Amino acid sequence: MPLSNAPAAVGINPESYRFLQDYVYRESGIVLDGDKQYLLEARLTPILRQRQLASLNDLCALLQATAEAPLKRQVVEAMTTHETFFFREAAQFDALRTTVLPELIQLHQDTQKLAFWSAASSFGQEAYTLAMLLLEMGLGGWKIQILGTDLSTQAVERARAGKYLQIEVNRGLPAAYLVKYFTRVGLDWQLKDEVRKMVRYEAMDLRQSMRTLGPFDIVFCRNVLIYFDIESKKKILTELRGTLFRGGYLLLGGSETTLNLANEFERKMFGPAAFYRAP
Amino acid sequence: MSKAMVVDDSKAIRMILSKTLAEFGYEVCEAANGREALVVFEREKDSISLVLVDWNMPQMDGLEFVKELRADPRHSSVILMMVTTETEVEQMVRALEAGANEYVMKPFTKEIIADKLRMLGVVQ
Ligand SMILES: C[S@@+](CC[C@H](N)C(=O)[O-])C[C@H]1O[C@@H](n2cnc3c(N)ncnc32)[C@H](O)[C@@H]1O
Repeated sequence: MPLSNAPAAVGINPESYRFLQDYVYRESGIVLDGDKQYLLEARLTPILRQRQLASLNDLCALLQATAEAPLKRQVVEAMTTHETFFFREAAQFDALRTTVLPELIQLHQDTQKLAFWSAASSFGQEAYTLAMLLLEMGLGGWKIQILGTDLSTQAVERARAGKYLQIEVNRGLPAAYLVKYFTRVGLDWQLKDEVRKMVRYEAMDLRQSMRTLGPFDIVFCRNVLIYFDIESKKKILTELRGTLFRGGYLLLGGSETTLNLANEFERKMFGPAAFYRAP
Repeated sequence: MSKAMVVDDSKAIRMILSKTLAEFGYEVCEAANGREALVVFEREKDSISLVLVDWNMPQMDGLEFVKELRADPRHSSVILMMVTTETEVEQMVRALEAGANEYVMKPFTKEIIADKLRMLGVVQ
């Protein structure tokens, strides 16, 4: 009987747990606390089944013994949270629409150029939300550069495709945008080329040097720093600052902050939304 | 205090939606079709600020209800959100043109409803 139908024997010894912690940290920067056995089990069991491995200990042995890139990617992928949706942190997009973008438009009236970066773009909803917002604001004729990057090549490919499930377009996306910027393809929803071509997606690790990037008017780095340790956070925030224009803004997730990590940023509130201004 | 109305011919769906809205602090009243909804609305019109309405219902469907309600300019500030199994773009356009503010496709989750309400700015 094939292993795939039998419940895989999970359970993990302390050495293997340490190994996986180090491994995921090395490959992505994501910190797994000491009590995440259940998470490892839930996320990695499908890989055990597929590879016909009996336990997480066996998976660790295999990871140590081979340099097989697909397996490596698969493990990191499984331990990564890609959750995202259109207009996430709606208050930030409100502030962009009503205050921040109008100011930027005023400022760049001469060049009609704007540059944005969605760092940790996941499946693309964040960057595409911005793109649609810019179109709605009549900036279709401007030279708009939007870069989306993510560690996961799988996520980058999905983002490039711009094809979403019904549950994904149902979440956060105003119906008026859905009917205007998407076409239905079977059960899925395809973002129109007009929006898709505004964003360029690349695979990139946030822990690498960002010296060649930017300068950007606004950088989104939302809901990813929470997975990192303090040292990585500090290093990434410092690098991010270097990619911003003076006075440019960094946007973080609702539970994230630069406080005590990169105090050179000035926190500005627009209603309930926090923006971090680069000096 | 702000009131919401849930209009759906399925009692189970009314219950789920009412519970979600109650968690956001709404007092909720219910109706099982468009005609009943107009009666309830008339009675509670001074306090209802949000209506979640299904499309396909007996007696009067959701689209008709939206049109009836929007025909009276005094009710223009009421937020109308359709929650329906209709997923064709043309249907959505019809609903929006008739005066619906938002549109949710079934099946939905609590998060989907919550995010839409946040986006509409009616809850934090
Ligand atoms: C929870 S999602 C956030 C998506 C989006 N920014 C949002 O707020 O909705 C986190 C993303 O960070 C990516 N990620 C994790 N570690 C990364 C790293 N070291 N470099 C770049 N991206 C990383 C993951 O692949 C995942 O897509």
